[in-house]
Amino acid sequence: MAAIYSLYIINKSGGLIYYKDYGSAGRMDTNDTLRVASLWHSMHAISQQLSPVSGCSGIELLQADTFDLHCFQSLTGTKFFAVCEPGIQQIESLLKFVYELYTDYVLKNPFYEIEMPIRCELFDIILTQSVQKDRVALLGQ
Amino acid sequence: MAPVAPRSGDAIFANIERVNAELFTLTYGAIVRQLLTDLEEVEEVNKQLDQMGYNIGIRLIDEFLAKSNVSRCVDFRETADVIAKVGFKMFLGVTASVTNWDAEGTCCSIVLEDNPLVDFVELPDNYQGLYYCNILSGVIRGALDMVSMKAEVTWLRDALRGDDVFELQVKLLKQVPEEYPYKDDE
Repeated sequence: MAAIYSLYIINKSGGLIYYKDYGSAGRMDTNDTLRVASLWHSMHAISQQLSPVSGCSGIELLQADTFDLHCFQSLTGTKFFAVCEPGIQQIESLLKFVYELYTDYVLKNPFYEIEMPIRCELFDIILTQSVQKDRVALLGQ
Repeated sequence: MAPVAPRSGDAIFANIERVNAELFTLTYGAIVRQLLTDLEEVEEVNKQLDQMGYNIGIRLIDEFLAKSNVSRCVDFRETADVIAKVGFKMFLGVTASVTNWDAEGTCCSIVLEDNPLVDFVELPDNYQGLYYCNILSGVIRGALDMVSMKAEVTWLRDALRGDDVFELQVKLLKQVPEEYPYKDDE
């Protein structure tokens, strides 16, 4: 079974700008993905306000019976989150790596308009490669 | 996961892909020259360079954050320090120093002694009003804008105009709170 089910990138106003699913589990249609993105954006914001810790930066990990949701938010407000198999450790570093790919292959593309949905083929290709590599590494454990 | 330690400007600079410095300098020169031809007015060119810098800055900040692992700065002093020590090193390969703080800690100068953009440049008399490196001030303004700091960046000294160094004044106008809900009318 695939380790990572799906990957989302949402802009700072909560709009889904990138979605990719890997493997058959939990596949969703476009409307559902948009809903998940904006729901997560709001929940993340609410969690920041509810947290008893001051300076809380929002939910980083949501654990459920059948999946884990890891979230990484950059200081500029873009959120990267992945839904994956429960109990996997390295997702944070993967998300951080996706952020680096995003800065390289999306933001440096002069024809990419900031805050808009990502349609960059290079980003797609490199991302798929690295997620696959990660999957191989996970299977090898 | 344990927080990753911030990387130094030197370490990032060593790892990043680079282009030939002359190609970079000459390309920038060609752009400025073309702008002067197209826009004719020096003032307009200054404005355009600043806008171009801004557009670069709003994208470049993410690369900076992603590759430097710096965490949120506690105050503007730290921000200025990070820009000078890590930012300039990472993208231009030079380090700048921060001086001339005002009492409130909202306004300072970033001094550049070495500036690769101007390696071969001599400003002719008819372009004396030109801020040749105005793209840099735009970059800083754009980058700060994306991390909720409205800043004003102006040149105080310009080596091309006969000063000994380049000095950028960075003035923090306001810090936009990031808390929700965002006000809709803003």
